[in-house]
Amino acid sequence: MKMKQLASGIALAMMASASMAADDTIKVGVLHSLSGTMAISETTLKDTMQMLIEEQNKQGGLLGKKLEAVVVDPASNWPLFAEKARELVEKNGVDAIFGCWTSVSRKSVLPVVEELDTVLFYPVQYEGEESSKNVFYTGAAPNQQAIPAVDYLMNELGVERWVLAGTDYVYPRTTNKILEAYLKGKGVADKDIMINYTPFGHSDWQSIVADVKKFGSAGKKTAVVSTINGDANVPFYKELGNQGISAEDIPVVAFSVGEEELSGIDTKPLVGHLAAWNYFMSVDTEANDEFIQAWHAYIGDEKRVTNDPMEAHYIGFKMWVEAVKKAGTTDPAAVQDAIIGVSVPNLTGGYATMAPNHHITKPVLIGEIQDDGQFEVVWSTSGTVLGDAWSDFLPGSKDLIADWRAPLSCGNYNVKTGKCSGQNF
Amino acid sequence: MATTSTHYRTMPEGRRSTGWRALWLLALLFTVSTASTAFAASDDFEQGLALLSEKSFSKKGRAIELLVASGHEQVLPLLQTMSAGELYYRKSDDRIVTRRDADTGYEITDAVSGEALGTVGRRDVKKVAINNTLRSQLTQAIAELQLGAADPGIRKTALEAMLSELTADSLPLLEKRRRTEQDDSVIEVLDIAIAVAQLESSERSVRLQALQALEGSLYPSVRNRLVTMTANDADAGVRKAAEKALITIESRVNLFSNLETLFFGVSLGSVLILAAIGLAITFGVMGVINMAHGELIMIGAYTTYVIQLLMPNAIEYSLLVAVPAAFIVSGLVGIAIERGVIRFLYGRPLETLLATFGLSLVLQQAVRSIFSPLNRSVETPQWMSGTWEINAIFSLTLNRLYIIAFCLIVFFLLHLILKRTRLGLEVRAVSQNRQMARAMGVRSQWVDALTFGLGSGIAGVAGVALSQLTNVGPNLGQAYIIDSFMVVVFGGVGNLWGTLVAGLSLGVANKVMEPWAGAVLAKILVLVFIILFIQKRPRGLFPQKGRAAEG
Repeated sequence: MKMKQLASGIALAMMASASMAADDTIKVGVLHSLSGTMAISETTLKDTMQMLIEEQNKQGGLLGKKLEAVVVDPASNWPLFAEKARELVEKNGVDAIFGCWTSVSRKSVLPVVEELDTVLFYPVQYEGEESSKNVFYTGAAPNQQAIPAVDYLMNELGVERWVLAGTDYVYPRTTNKILEAYLKGKGVADKDIMINYTPFGHSDWQSIVADVKKFGSAGKKTAVVSTINGDANVPFYKELGNQGISAEDIPVVAFSVGEEELSGIDTKPLVGHLAAWNYFMSVDTEANDEFIQAWHAYIGDEKRVTNDPMEAHYIGFKMWVEAVKKAGTTDPAAVQDAIIGVSVPNLTGGYATMAPNHHITKPVLIGEIQDDGQFEVVWSTSGTVLGDAWSDFLPGSKDLIADWRAPLSCGNYNVKTGKCSGQNF
Repeated sequence: MATTSTHYRTMPEGRRSTGWRALWLLALLFTVSTASTAFAASDDFEQGLALLSEKSFSKKGRAIELLVASGHEQVLPLLQTMSAGELYYRKSDDRIVTRRDADTGYEITDAVSGEALGTVGRRDVKKVAINNTLRSQLTQAIAELQLGAADPGIRKTALEAMLSELTADSLPLLEKRRRTEQDDSVIEVLDIAIAVAQLESSERSVRLQALQALEGSLYPSVRNRLVTMTANDADAGVRKAAEKALITIESRVNLFSNLETLFFGVSLGSVLILAAIGLAITFGVMGVINMAHGELIMIGAYTTYVIQLLMPNAIEYSLLVAVPAAFIVSGLVGIAIERGVIRFLYGRPLETLLATFGLSLVLQQAVRSIFSPLNRSVETPQWMSGTWEINAIFSLTLNRLYIIAFCLIVFFLLHLILKRTRLGLEVRAVSQNRQMARAMGVRSQWVDALTFGLGSGIAGVAGVALSQLTNVGPNLGQAYIIDSFMVVVFGGVGNLWGTLVAGLSLGVANKVMEPWAGAVLAKILVLVFIILFIQKRPRGLFPQKGRAAEG
């Protein structure tokens, strides 16, 4: 009897302390792989989130409470992303999730965040063709990265022949489909477009580079638009260098090569090749300087770089904070309404606004790789560009729009038929 | 000398036409200019300098033109610094400076006079940014400024670059040069250049003669010209001759592209062999399914990285040190794995497979914790980069050539060890009949450990080679483990020659299929082929015969 009383007493005390803790802090979920293949890119984003949360706490937290980061490791395992997302919401009671890198991990998490009606901030450039009530896309859609990059090559460098090279998965396939349609719309002939896909982690680029070289020797200015994913880029650029193709002959514009990827390689063969992003570490603004200094102080290493997805998390987190302040609560449903129209400064000297289609406005920058692994901005859009959830260049999606404001509240409204297909994404 | 400057001065303000450019280049090339003009215009220099701090790239391009035209003695070092991306300007007064890291901010010096300007904050100077257009303009300008005594190599490259821009106007200059040129390789290109220029001639016979001279020429720009000629030339006979010349060219191009594919195949094969040959020992000879083999390769690659960190000033020799170091490190890890895990599991392949798979994950995560999950940068020594150019369309990359040679050396050394040394004899004895070998006084446990160490060490050596081709990161090993098993099984378990033949044939087959099937499908087809082959011949290409095969 006595034992039982004691036990229940302990249980009560524990419950009380648990609920105390829940009341004291606002929990934010961080869903990034810390082990496995994607750890290379995602670990940095976890650190970024922890830094942002620490900074916010230094400024007095949010709604008078402290923020607490709940970090889980989905280990580059796509189904585990869904499980861990559920764990974050149901077990840890987080009010928002910041996470995912690959599109497949996002697709895996999507049904869970929709079922539990929470909010997910997704910080990586992606293929578009999606707009969920519960997801906020702070990375670039194709019209904020790929299309402007192609415009730059066409108008500024006079490129007439195109190699679309990519890793064989959904992001490159969709992006290349959009680009192909776009190029043909601009009058580029079939024979002037070469499309090539390679498996993940492809390392033997000899034949493909030789093909590109042949394709580029037909007397017209040629460029490679590369959606080659992370790791496979290094041997690709090395092979380009080895076969004597310099950026002056055939420039390569990449959408997945950023400062972080460059910090792991010998950059000599890459100098002059291009990348299109919405942020570069080399951008010269006060806000960016402060961010870089804060990052170096937090991580304790002056050599660490900053990159585009980090800025996306920075923007996403600031937007979420603003939306919570505006709504006066962290309740996900209230935040979803409040966040539309929220504007926060970005790191490149402008403002990012959350649009009703859950995408944000971003400037588009084209940078050339320098030998110190940084980018030199050679071109930028004059203002910001709004992310387009549904591409205007694909037959299946050009009539679709996304608008999550009442009364429409639809992620895929067909303007021709006037119907919302009812899918949540 | 005078020609150079006059051309500069008569140059239209805007973009020069390509024809003009070719002519002007020719003039430069053949007058062997030293580029320092007598009437150096110092205001040109000042004007150019002022334009450098402009944001617009076209203004900077104009700046380079002005600087070159000024003939100022500081132009060459200035342009070289700019090309290296080390030129900055002070934001307060747009003064062009170079900078050095100081405790707080940068120490700056005037880029022209070399006068020290004290220390400034990090945000007070800005880089003189360059883009591709400027970079090629700079390279051109620097090359021309340095032309001086005329190195035949530079003359040849300049001529080759001009081939697509030549017109009939260039002819007199080319012919003049042809009469004085001494160097054979330059003469060869000159003849082609003359023929190309003659293609524009209005006389039919000259054009026909030029076509004859161009037959079999491999320069892409020559080919492109002929293609336009077959469609556009006014004379039917000339069109026909152009077609004929084109056919000869195409057949030669095809020949070389086949040779190229063969080379690619052999080089892919040599990588496969390197990755698989260690496994041929541990799996083939000892019968241990070692899923951590890939991680032993990875350890070899990381050893290379560490060696380069230890000797940052001698990158050229780092690989020579890395090969034995990687052999020792991976070999020791291999021995530790054998002593710690595998020896308890002999004769239980399934458990060995699981245990070594677990080990591979442990090793990967250990590398992630020690070196970070990011890829590490391993530099390629100068002597390994570049190409061996055989002709305009066929060149072999040096790093691949070295790796093919390295692979063969490793193979024959290993072969020698197994066939000619006492260790080799004991290894073969133990693998053929353990009981009998022990009865003859062979310490089988000791031999097991050494054999596994040898196989692992070879894997480490493969890692050094792979560090030159691909990423050095925690996932390096995973990419090669499947391929390695494929090669060993296809070649016949327990047979080193089988591994060599299997590696080469899989490499070549993969590369032959790649152009028409694509990289993804080619890999799948190779796998399907191997499955079918193993169905037919379960023991691979070169099965072991006799008593050894039964064990």
